[in-house]
Amino acid sequence: MKVIELKKTVTASNDRDAEILRDELSKKGILLINLMSAAGSGKTTLLSRTITDLAGRVKIGVMEADIASDVDAKKINALGAESIQVHTDGMCHMDAGMTRQGLENMEKNGLQAVFLENIGNLICPAEFDTGAHRNVMILSVPEGDDKPLKYPLMFKKSDVLVITKKDAAPYFDFDFEAAKRRALALNPSIKIFPVSAKTGEGMDEWEKWLISETEKHCNA
Amino acid sequence: MHELGLVKHVIYTLHDVAKENGVKHIGSVTLEIGEVSGIINEQLADCWDYFSKKDELVCGAKLIIETVDAVTFCTACERTYETVTYGKTCPFCCSGETYLLKGNEFSIKQIEAELDAESGEN
Ligand SMILES: Nc1nc2c(ncn2[C@@H]2O[C@H](COP(=O)(O)OP(=O)(O)O)[C@@H](O)[C@H]2O)c(=O)[nH]1
Ligand SMILES: [Mg+2]
Ligand SMILES: [Zn+2]
Repeated sequence: MKVIELKKTVTASNDRDAEILRDELSKKGILLINLMSAAGSGKTTLLSRTITDLAGRVKIGVMEADIASDVDAKKINALGAESIQVHTDGMCHMDAGMTRQGLENMEKNGLQAVFLENIGNLICPAEFDTGAHRNVMILSVPEGDDKPLKYPLMFKKSDVLVITKKDAAPYFDFDFEAAKRRALALNPSIKIFPVSAKTGEGMDEWEKWLISETEKHCNA
Repeated sequence: MHELGLVKHVIYTLHDVAKENGVKHIGSVTLEIGEVSGIINEQLADCWDYFSKKDELVCGAKLIIETVDAVTFCTACERTYETVTYGKTCPFCCSGETYLLKGNEFSIKQIEAELDAESGEN
């Protein structure tokens, strides 16, 4: 028996797979966006509204990984967008290998952006690179403005923070400025969009960001 | 259950390592786990028992866990303290402007391996 010193992070093999997947998708002109939040924060609702608002402008596909049912995939399909449900077998996060498998089963013709609706929790998905080009996280108003203090890694890894359920702000003591300050302290380059997917408030800014990222990606 | 995914990834990584180093079988795996990494060692060990039995390379391999103490640094007074006892607030100056220096690790420190060339020797 020989002792081999490794000092390897456990995610090393996943990191490599993720890098390869990201490159392949870039060559195909597809922007992959990893969408993360706690369960019930409003991922499916945000995606549904975005798909409807951008119909005819950005062709969006969705990979649903949330829990084991396929209700979310059905909701997206009903909007006429390509969607697929991946079963995660009890895993608490999506990794690059699972993302690749999901994508292989998707009709990708003409798609410009694919969202991966990750499994609803704020800890595990942050640790695994899915191969996405952009990471977007959602914080919903009822969860409280102190969430960044509890889940720092998620905020550090995300390019965008969407604060959803803005319409519910009067019922919760949510301090937008405090939430922004806390998120920016962890990640000075994070972009923050407060929205309500119910009333449509703020959706414009978020959608503008999405359009511009998609265009940049296709022309790269 | 986070531990399930982690064990799968440990095994994937070990397969890569085995390929690079010509390893035939792994006898033990030493993991370094930070005190505040959120990993539950007992659950990790259970998942290891379950998955390692299904994989030829690591079948029967012993799992050794080394815990890394968590230490937090205070940017206000530039001192360090035990994270687990005091949390985010510095016990010296009461500042909340602190960050974790170590204690969040999860890495494979080393393995004991039987190399291809050694076969038969045992
Ligand atoms: N008031 C309000 N409710 C919302 C909003 N977005 C989502 N919801 C509600 O939050 C619940 C969970 O939403 P869903 O999109 O399924 O969350 P997911 O688990 O993250 O996909 C549903 O009852 C939605 O109707 C919003 O902007 N405002
Ligand atoms: Mg959902
Ligand atoms: Zn201090």
